[in-house]
Amino acid sequence: MKIGEEASAAIAGASDLAALDVVRTALLGRKAGQVTELLKILPQLPPDDRREAGAVVNALKTAVGEKLDERNAELSKAAPAAASDADLTMPGRARWLGAKHPITLVIEEIEEIFRDLGFTIAVGPEAETEWYNFTSLNFPADHPAMDMHDTLYLSEGVLLRTHTSPVQMRTMQSHKPPIRVLSPGNVYRRDFFDASHAPMFAQIEGLCVDEGISFVDLKAVLTHFANRFFGKTKTRFRPSFFPFTEPSAEMDVECVICGGSGCASCKGTGWMEILGSGMVHPRVLKAAGIDDEKYTGWAFGMGPARIAKLRYNIPDIRILYDSDVRFLEQVAR
Amino acid sequence: MNASYEWLRAFVNFDLSPSELADLLTRRCATVDGVVGMRDDLKDIVIARVVEAGPHPDSDHLWVTKVDAGGELLDVVCGAPVVTKGTLYPFAPVGATLPGGLKIEKRKIRGETSNGMLCSARELQLGSDHAGIMALDIDAQPGAGFLDAMKVGDSRIVVDVLPNRPDLLSHRGLAREIAAALHKQVNDPKIPGTAASVPVSFVSAPGKKEAKAANITVRLEDAVGCPRYAGAVIKGVKIGPSPEWLSQRIVSAGGRSINNVVDVTNYMLLGFGQPMHAFDAARLQGNTIIIRRASANEPIRTLDGADRKLSRDMVVIADEAKVQAIAGVIGGSTSEVTDGTTEIFLEVAAFDPKLTRATRKALGVTTDASYRFERGIDTEAIPELLAYAVRLMIAVAGGTLSGKAIDIYPVAAKQEPVKLRMPRVATVLGETFAPADIRNDLKGLGFQVRAGTGTNALAVVPPSWRRDVIDEIDLIEEIARSRGYDSFSSELLPFRPSGVPDAPAYLLERKVRELLVGLGLLEVRPMPFVADGKGATVRVSNPLAEDEPFLRSSILDSLATLAEYNLARLQKNVRLFEIGTVFSAAGKGTSPALPVEAMHAGMVLLGQSEPSHFSQSGTRNFDEWDAKWVAQVVAEAAFGAADLRLNVISDGLWEIASGGKSVGRVSRLNLNVPVWAAPAFGIEIDLTPAIGLKSPATTYRSLPNTPPVEVDLALLVPAAATSEQIEEVIRKEAGDLLESVMLFDEFRGKGIPDGTRSLAWRLTFRSPERTLKDKEVQGRTAKIVRSLEEKLGVRQRTS
Ligand SMILES: [Zn+2]
Repeated sequence: MKIGEEASAAIAGASDLAALDVVRTALLGRKAGQVTELLKILPQLPPDDRREAGAVVNALKTAVGEKLDERNAELSKAAPAAASDADLTMPGRARWLGAKHPITLVIEEIEEIFRDLGFTIAVGPEAETEWYNFTSLNFPADHPAMDMHDTLYLSEGVLLRTHTSPVQMRTMQSHKPPIRVLSPGNVYRRDFFDASHAPMFAQIEGLCVDEGISFVDLKAVLTHFANRFFGKTKTRFRPSFFPFTEPSAEMDVECVICGGSGCASCKGTGWMEILGSGMVHPRVLKAAGIDDEKYTGWAFGMGPARIAKLRYNIPDIRILYDSDVRFLEQVAR
Repeated sequence: MNASYEWLRAFVNFDLSPSELADLLTRRCATVDGVVGMRDDLKDIVIARVVEAGPHPDSDHLWVTKVDAGGELLDVVCGAPVVTKGTLYPFAPVGATLPGGLKIEKRKIRGETSNGMLCSARELQLGSDHAGIMALDIDAQPGAGFLDAMKVGDSRIVVDVLPNRPDLLSHRGLAREIAAALHKQVNDPKIPGTAASVPVSFVSAPGKKEAKAANITVRLEDAVGCPRYAGAVIKGVKIGPSPEWLSQRIVSAGGRSINNVVDVTNYMLLGFGQPMHAFDAARLQGNTIIIRRASANEPIRTLDGADRKLSRDMVVIADEAKVQAIAGVIGGSTSEVTDGTTEIFLEVAAFDPKLTRATRKALGVTTDASYRFERGIDTEAIPELLAYAVRLMIAVAGGTLSGKAIDIYPVAAKQEPVKLRMPRVATVLGETFAPADIRNDLKGLGFQVRAGTGTNALAVVPPSWRRDVIDEIDLIEEIARSRGYDSFSSELLPFRPSGVPDAPAYLLERKVRELLVGLGLLEVRPMPFVADGKGATVRVSNPLAEDEPFLRSSILDSLATLAEYNLARLQKNVRLFEIGTVFSAAGKGTSPALPVEAMHAGMVLLGQSEPSHFSQSGTRNFDEWDAKWVAQVVAEAAFGAADLRLNVISDGLWEIASGGKSVGRVSRLNLNVPVWAAPAFGIEIDLTPAIGLKSPATTYRSLPNTPPVEVDLALLVPAAATSEQIEEVIRKEAGDLLESVMLFDEFRGKGIPDGTRSLAWRLTFRSPERTLKDKEVQGRTAKIVRSLEEKLGVRQRTS
């Protein structure tokens, strides 16, 4: 039986099993297959013609089916199943896996927790004016507080930001409360590269400004964060000083190495310093053009590299920047 | 600040252990970084009871004893004249190290085993008595640590004092916080002996800038650089070593005992936070002291032996001839106190914080004095501390106060009251406190509290040592830390979500990062500093490393360095990416002008395109075609596919263009690498123009259920024709039935004329509605072939 030229070409043209399935459906599919359609017409023919036509169409159906099976066999041969004597203990075929940097992973984990608390992400330039980096943030000019920020300058009044707090200032200038933003980004200090310092490192800061925001909110959100990030843990808040927040507080969590009993990593205190925080200083709100009587806020900042160091048990921060592919691949799997 | 535990206890009477004290200070005002036992060299020593004692069988002066040191009874041989059965002694077990370094081992003494040593006071460096072992009249269990049982030795508390609290840079300042926490009083330590009651009276000279202390005339010419200057002359002192208690204090606080006079000045600095300077009065020319600005290049040899040249904005203490000290920073060697000094002028002054800071920075010399002056000292305490220091000086170095002391203070500082509104306290802190508690907290810290104007308000005057308190918020902080941060609730409260949308740059960065990770690349975050000559134009004016003073203008500069680093470590398969900032010179207009920043994605590919597997002999290395694909999908993700082109360029491989504008390039990297390294490919794309671009909505197109018709075209292509041109012709001539076109082979060589190559294309035709007829497809194919020949000289290959 000679089947239609078209059908024949379609079957021969199917280059793999999947394509052949498409052709099979097009010809013999129960709903709209071309041969099936012919069968559906039979009942409408006059009884005499019906028998003859029926024979032809059925023969066609059989022939098409055979052709399809033939092609199926051909294509199947091309991709034989694993030989029955294959040693299946041999390793699978690997592909290169990509990976985010450990610091990125830490930042994303922090972001995820704060997103649940209504935060969005803000970013800003890495080169900043002195005004955004210091003056507007209530840093007294030429004061020992500046010694905590050894600064890389580009020109008169222009520097590489020493923290991502300028992003807070820019966000407050451009948006009205409620403001709940996280600002991850690179910051710069004139620090020599050693096991725990780098001249450039990532920082992530948070800022919350709205009516009725208090020190209790600060404590609550940061405690919640610590419990989610480190697993249920003890936290400790202790007084600190940052020119742009007041009251200022440092948050410690129970040392993840010794569980609070004291070890070399925590200098025997049982606590690990995780972040600095505080209520946004009224002068900072004023500098941003926000009514500091109506609105209050809090802010915090932390170093993801330091946390990555803890989390992945990395002895020397330089490993994070050296970028040996063997190290980066450890994180990929 | 290094504080002595015992010294603090001399100011305020408390019962906390050193570690409890550390905890209190940390939770209340300043973090304690460490507690160092001054007698940690006794940590191995335990308390032991002698339960049996008898004469050594082979010696007339040795004892054989049995000792209970908390475990099994130990045999110990002892050479003391007296050993009393039932008495407690300090005991060094086997393995212990004695002060001075002697390590105790198990040994035989004249045939008898000795498992340790009963110790004398001298062996423990607790005194000079070595006549016998140290009988302990205490109530302690055998085996207990000697340091725990005996409270021997001071502890050094290492306090991290932050720049806003200079008042904590002294024992008295820390004692004030301890006293406030424990509701106790601070008392100045008693000066030993009769000197404690020496009268010290002052020359009365209100508003004057000159006064005479005994025979020395003091003239304050620079009241800006030195708001207050006090002093006194003490005659007949005898320089010598300090008494034990004084040198102990200095040493416990981390200092070094020099001599009695210098130690007194250091005692006042560490104890009360007031730097003082003792001049040898006999060496002051003309019996005159002038506080003035230095003249340009005025010379001085300072106490550290350095010859320095001063400048006009530096404040100095001078006599008639020359500079004798740099105010607030360091003294001069000419009038230094020496062993022969008998007459001193004791200076107690306040110097301007900013000028002190500028001077010590310019001179590059930081001292305990400059550290305190640049943070601010308690100017009001000066006369009281001068009197105390004079008495202490006389107590430890002898001599008498000559005449009256002077105190030049032309413009007395005013401490303004700060308004504190009770409701504001509750707003900021989120908890409401009883007004009485707030008043008591503030009073306990030395603040004066009065009713303020308006309801629920207080007028609070900070004490003179708290110049950091100027705003209401400063008082609120005082209340928060007095109440204790731990006492505040940490229960999550309802909140309004952020009204700030996510930054578009961040969203784009995240999208591109996810894509690159999916493509199997590893993210890096390198330093952005580069050397000169790499096209970078933004220079750090005070770089850390002079060989890398520039900020990069290309991410590939960083990635190339990392690739080289990996190759040097024999890592030959490198596939890295970074999304980061690059810098170019400032634009004009704004002042001060910031450099232009751009967000770039950089990628480097080199080495195996996939890991090795036993089923394949050898693997393919990454090549330009891998790089082209990565470049294309990343650029499409950022810019959309619509207007995207990868143009062939002469000085690289491809330029990536979106909407006609160049946004990046793909190139071969020239690395400094070993010969065995595979070729490296770099891609850099400027994502900045794509920030905030809306990606077109993806809409579903129904999937065909008609069969396709595939046509393979093998073409002979002359050198001038490109694949891109051919594809263009194919698409144009094929019409809308063409579903896809794919280049699947390139061949040069046998059977192909020189200067041409064979390219093979697979064309897939399909109509969504019907099965195509062969004729239709053949017709279109013929048309394509004709057009290719006419336009590009490309002919179909007839095999
Ligand atoms: Zn620990």
